Amino acid sequence: MGHHLKEIGRPVIAAAQDLLPIVVVIGFFQLAVLRQPIPDMGHILSGMVFVLLGLALFVRGLELGLFPLGESMAYAFAKKGNLFWLLAFAFLLGFGTTVAEPALIAIAGKAAQVAAEGGMIDGNAQAMSDYAMGLRLTVALAVGCAILLGIMRIILGWPLQWLIIAGYLLVIGMTYIAPHRIIGIAYDSGGVTTSTITVPLVTALGVGLASSLRGRNPVTDGFGLIALASLLPIAFVMVYGTWIIR
Amino acid sequence: MIGLLWNTGLSTLHDLLPIVAILFGFQFLLLRQPIPAFGKVLQGLLYVFLGLTLFLVGLQEAVFPLGEIMARQLTDPVFIRQHAVSEQQSVHWANYLWIYAFALAIGFATTIAEPALIAVGIKAEQISSGAISAWGLRLSVASGVAIGIAIGCFRIVTGTDLWLYIIAAYVIVVIQTAFAPKLIVPLAYDSGGVTTSTVTVPLVAALGLGLSSTIPGRSPMLDGFGLIAFASVFPIISVLAYAQFIRWLERRHTEPKEV
Repeated sequence: MGHHLKEIGRPVIAAAQDLLPIVVVIGFFQLAVLRQPIPDMGHILSGMVFVLLGLALFVRGLELGLFPLGESMAYAFAKKGNLFWLLAFAFLLGFGTTVAEPALIAIAGKAAQVAAEGGMIDGNAQAMSDYAMGLRLTVALAVGCAILLGIMRIILGWPLQWLIIAGYLLVIGMTYIAPHRIIGIAYDSGGVTTSTITVPLVTALGVGLASSLRGRNPVTDGFGLIALASLLPIAFVMVYGTWIIR
Repeated sequence: MIGLLWNTGLSTLHDLLPIVAILFGFQFLLLRQPIPAFGKVLQGLLYVFLGLTLFLVGLQEAVFPLGEIMARQLTDPVFIRQHAVSEQQSVHWANYLWIYAFALAIGFATTIAEPALIAVGIKAEQISSGAISAWGLRLSVASGVAIGIAIGCFRIVTGTDLWLYIIAAYVIVVIQTAFAPKLIVPLAYDSGGVTTSTVTVPLVAALGLGLSSTIPGRSPMLDGFGLIAFASVFPIISVLAYAQFIRWLERRHTEPKEV
């Protein structure tokens, strides 16, 4: 037990560093501005401890298990030089990491709740979990496609800004067509996808590939995967929303 | 509480299976290599499962309620009347100044402490041989997130269309991209996605949904989402602006020598 405790000590401090500013800001506003007690304080404190421990264990687990595995696989595929399997791996990595992304799970649940209260979908638990799962699969599919596209960009050496500007134009065009009720969640899902799991694994893949290819610079070519992974989900969720609502 | 833990644990297991299946499938079927330090990998997966379960329960118990409580207390009519700027009875944007202040503070505070951003900042300082400082990058990203969330709250209060703001922001990004130093462009685009951490996203989402359900005339479905989108676009603008500012400083510094 002792070495287990030691092992998550450092991630606990990192997670506390993540949480502390939030606690300070909320504490300041409660004490100095609102001057009101927080109802159900005990529940919230115990929940915060859960968040702290959960985040620490999660990050430690990623470092121990998933990151070394993902990185060694990224290098192995880049070395192997089989384009089809590299692209298949890129797609599945994007898809697999996004389906399990904690922030996306949380937001999809909230979106389903709001959609049910607003009468957009049926109010029963089954319809809500279907909608949440549909959102998550749509976003995961989008991130998979984005990583695939980004890997092709690194291999072929396309300039990133043209892809991004084309993507923005596509998203702006789709905003006119999509139902208004889906636009907010669609734009949000772009930012949500890329947090704890996806960013490190995807960055390892991009930088590893860019440094193993001749003529590619890991700095200018290795970055940019995250940008695509934040852009495509917006378009995909708008398509999903148009299809669900009509 | 135990029921909640059990249910969350089951659905977490369900969520994690696909990624584990993908990684192991590729490793065994295609690469046909033994996994190095297999025991450690299994231990890591167990930690990931336990951590994710605890984290999601904590979100339900603490982070979501907290965001909603803050939104409700800051929009409480009694509180608003104490600090009212406008005498109008209807919803007036200037009466919600404390909301924007809270949005600025929470956006800045959570981003400046973000571990991923600290790592990216150090890397950027190395590759640009000191032209971009780690602190400069962190400050500009944090200001971008803070301003983004504050403008997002202003949008919810006024009930204007999300896409107007997003399109305006994208147009600015496209124009900046044409003029900014090329080295910074991919980093700037990436910093938009990286900034919104796992704790910030649920808190900010709860704030937006809380605001839109307590301010008269707003609906959570039309107005509640969108804050995270603002927090993702504005850092791109602020990082590009920071790079342009640095280059402008350098030019002003070197010009007298050339003359």
